[in-house]
Amino acid sequence: MSSTARAPRSPMAPPRSFFWSRRIFLTLLTGFVLLPVHVMVSSSLKPLADVTGEFRWLPSELTIRPYIDIWSTIPLARYFVNSLIVAGAATVCSVVIAVFAAYAVSRHDFRGRRVFTVTVLSTQMFPGILFLLPLFLIYVNIGQATGIALFGSRGGLILTYLTFSLPFSIWMLIGYFDSVPRELDEAALVDGCGPLGALLRVVVPAAIPGIVAVAVYAFMTAWGEVLFASVMTNDTTRTLAVGLQGYSTLNNVYWNQIMAASLVVSVPVVAGFLLLQRYLVAGLTAGAVK
Amino acid sequence: MTTTAPAEAAVAKRPSGAAGRSPRRRPGRIRRIGLPYLLLLPALVLELLVHLVPMVIGIAMSFKELTQFHIRDWGDAPWSGLDNYQVSVDFDAPVGEALLRSFFITVAFTLLSVGLCWLIGTAAALYLQDTFRGRGLLRALFLVPYALPVYAAVITWVFMFQHDNGLVNHVLHDQLGLTDKPSFWLIGDNSFVALLVVSVWKGWPFAFLIVMAGLQNIPKEQYEAAALDGAGMWQQIRRITLPSLRPVNQVLLLVLFLWTFNDFNTPYVLFGKSAPEAADLISVHIYQASFVTWNFGTGSAMSVLLLLFLLVVTGGYLLLTSRGRKPADV
Amino acid sequence: MRRTRAATAGAVTVSLLTALTACGGGSSTSGGSNDAPRTLTYWASNQGASIEADKKVLRPELDKFEKQTGIKVELEVIPWSDLLNRILTAATSGQGPDVLNIGNTWSASLQATGALLPWDAKNFDAIGGRDRFVDSALGSTGAEGQDPAAVPLYSMSYALYYNREIFADAGITRPPATWDELIADGRKIQAKGGSALGAEGANPSENIHHVFVFAKQHGADFFTADGKPDFTGDGVVAAVKQYVDLMAKDKIIAPGNAEYAQNQSVSDFAKGRTAMLLWQNAAANLRSQGMSEDKFGVAPVPVQSGTPGAGTQVNSMVAGINLAVFKNTDNLDGARKFVKFMTSDAEQKILNTAYSSIPPVKAAQADAAFTTGANAVLKDTLAKSAAAMPQVADESQFETAVGTAVKELFADAAAGRAVTTDSVKAALSKAQQQMPAK
Repeated sequence: MSSTARAPRSPMAPPRSFFWSRRIFLTLLTGFVLLPVHVMVSSSLKPLADVTGEFRWLPSELTIRPYIDIWSTIPLARYFVNSLIVAGAATVCSVVIAVFAAYAVSRHDFRGRRVFTVTVLSTQMFPGILFLLPLFLIYVNIGQATGIALFGSRGGLILTYLTFSLPFSIWMLIGYFDSVPRELDEAALVDGCGPLGALLRVVVPAAIPGIVAVAVYAFMTAWGEVLFASVMTNDTTRTLAVGLQGYSTLNNVYWNQIMAASLVVSVPVVAGFLLLQRYLVAGLTAGAVK
Repeated sequence: MTTTAPAEAAVAKRPSGAAGRSPRRRPGRIRRIGLPYLLLLPALVLELLVHLVPMVIGIAMSFKELTQFHIRDWGDAPWSGLDNYQVSVDFDAPVGEALLRSFFITVAFTLLSVGLCWLIGTAAALYLQDTFRGRGLLRALFLVPYALPVYAAVITWVFMFQHDNGLVNHVLHDQLGLTDKPSFWLIGDNSFVALLVVSVWKGWPFAFLIVMAGLQNIPKEQYEAAALDGAGMWQQIRRITLPSLRPVNQVLLLVLFLWTFNDFNTPYVLFGKSAPEAADLISVHIYQASFVTWNFGTGSAMSVLLLLFLLVVTGGYLLLTSRGRKPADV
Repeated sequence: MRRTRAATAGAVTVSLLTALTACGGGSSTSGGSNDAPRTLTYWASNQGASIEADKKVLRPELDKFEKQTGIKVELEVIPWSDLLNRILTAATSGQGPDVLNIGNTWSASLQATGALLPWDAKNFDAIGGRDRFVDSALGSTGAEGQDPAAVPLYSMSYALYYNREIFADAGITRPPATWDELIADGRKIQAKGGSALGAEGANPSENIHHVFVFAKQHGADFFTADGKPDFTGDGVVAAVKQYVDLMAKDKIIAPGNAEYAQNQSVSDFAKGRTAMLLWQNAAANLRSQGMSEDKFGVAPVPVQSGTPGAGTQVNSMVAGINLAVFKNTDNLDGARKFVKFMTSDAEQKILNTAYSSIPPVKAAQADAAFTTGANAVLKDTLAKSAAAMPQVADESQFETAVGTAVKELFADAAAGRAVTTDSVKAALSKAQQQMPAK
């Protein structure tokens, strides 16, 4: 490698080796990334015979049958709505709460500041399995004491998921808020805004990329979680991540339907993600990478 | 919108960024005693409710005999002292031996996965640093694995790894003829490879994303200065890029490590409830110890041990990596 | 400052622990009530081709029940992959259904949790008496000497399903009656280029059912008379080896079957890709996959020699579904009424026909629908040559431990590694050590 480190022609021009290694590397990587995507898309358009026999790169005949069947094999539409509600609500709540908490840590000195951040981040270490059953019991007991049904309801799941994304979100936003010039909110304070007004009118607008990044992360965390959803939901509140398993508990594995359903549930997330990726990079640049 | 302004601000502030850690003076009007606590309250309450209290209960459970005979009224389940821990760490007996093996598999898996994720992510971020045709497209494409819901992504891999009708065997065996006969990927020893491939496929874009963000914070002047000194491309990467990425990498590796180590979704969707021995990750192992064999006490004890291990590793890691930085405001 | 922090932490911990001991699982000791007499929640297991198909079968019956009693039944059909977890969390928290289906092999394990209503004489009287049920089905409702934890709902047994066309092509005139014959027939089919026998190698439950029967045929048991696990006796080892050898040595099960866990072997059979299948009550399943009744034959599962019967001639486990009542139901009378309804002669005929199972209720079983064709074989097996899985509290752990061990052995066989008496014994010994210490 270092043999290429001869004096370059112009200061910034990379050596030739850089270009061919880049071409090879990016080609291989693209193949690696796209392979499952290809399988997902092509298999979802295959008749059942094509996915039970030897693998075929392309469908023997194109059919949209799987896309029609997925809705009747399992109540996919209901799972979809459930996931949207749960992930959407968890995201909104998580972002709002994270913004408040991050603002407090970023702009205020107070006793316990460091304890708070360390504790919150350390929850990332907890093995989910350790608190699955206790959490379930707590929800049941809250339900019995107050009548608020948390267990088996979307509410309980929303609560759970929003705390899953909270630590990383707070931590990222602290970094991001730190990068928003303090003079901005001081100016707002001089203009007569309260601290909350300064947060909402100045800091939040300036931190939109960071907030979007956090929202995307929170949404994806909630959209894909399997373990807690499998225990804490019932037929009416089941989310996609668990509900999709319905295709393989049948007496035949309908791979074409599974692939079609996977694609259907992925498209909104992936599309949203790609639309927002500009913000994501900008948000991470200032936030996580401090 | 103001998408780039904060980023620039961050770059501009970077050299003085460390100053933000030390106690600083603020105008008296911001410093109101109650406000920060009020702002923290929702986060605090939720973390207590969903993470900390259940964890304390979980720790308490680890000292109880919680088999099927007692789960129905586990407040009254007998305390068993350290029995659950003794069973878990008795490495000569099958339960402890299996746990230890599962632990080593998880460590090996995590190190390999995190290492590969970081390597691929960093390389991709470096290669995509300069503008060229198709760069935007590739960048979007590379984020797809990360954006896909875990279930959808992993189940696709399950299909690809099928013995009779999967793509992997079709390519390796039927088309390239690399193997004598179709291999098994989801059972037996190959399952470790399968798990690793899926984990890396799903995980590297996160490293890519973070490193990409980190790269934007390196001032261009540094490169220019190095170039004037006659440093070539590779030397610039070695002398400027990688050292500048150090703080980013420190956090990135830790986060990746914790996520990979605790990952439950990937092995669970890939293998179901009983993972093959070669890919018996600790999260699934503990799940099995608790839910499949109905011994929640031992399962909790194993979880606590896992937590302790992660605490020690993380603490040690943070101590090691923070050495040489400015002393933190403890 | 540090002191106060430590003190706060201590106080929080103490209060949490107090809360912990206070909050156990639900209403702990009460034996149910009648606080909500108008509704019932029913968890059904997935018996038909899909969850939606099950709802179509059950909904009209539940409506019928509502018309008769005025009790509205909320139905949830739960996939097998989730059922045991859901029952466990329900037992732990006290938040469960009123009535639920359980796999009959789980009866003793769930009985041990104390979460299910014991079916004593009084409760049995409420549904028409214990005598209405056949003995073999009652043998799988809980530990011996205790009141049953559940009531039999659907009965099933294993049979050998064979593809008539493939058999004819291979010149096989009658289904094999012994394992040697089965292997010989398998070779004939393979000589014609076909695939002989299907198996669900990565499914611990299927594995355990088969090795249990093989063990019986070797005169061995997985548990001693006083309920201690004994997996490494010569008979058990030989039994497990014989089953795995169908792939490893006799090679009449294709290696690909080693990773089957989602009923792919049934699909293979339905599509005519394998000639034989050992399965429980597969008719409805096969029909739903487009294999009509005249395409396949049904015969008793082979034995070592002779004809199926008791003792070493056992050729099936007593499979089936039991109906249980959650002890802390808030509609005890309604739950009993519902069990009575579901086990009534009329409903038994309807439901067991829909699921191609055999009614465990004597009067319903006598119906002509269950004495002809495929059902005759299954009913005969249940009556004469089926044995109940061990009714011990650790049954579900046993299923997991041994079933997984067999799965690993299949993986070895598929990878071409030798499966020897020693390797089988080692795997079983490991499984035994994973069982809870007594």
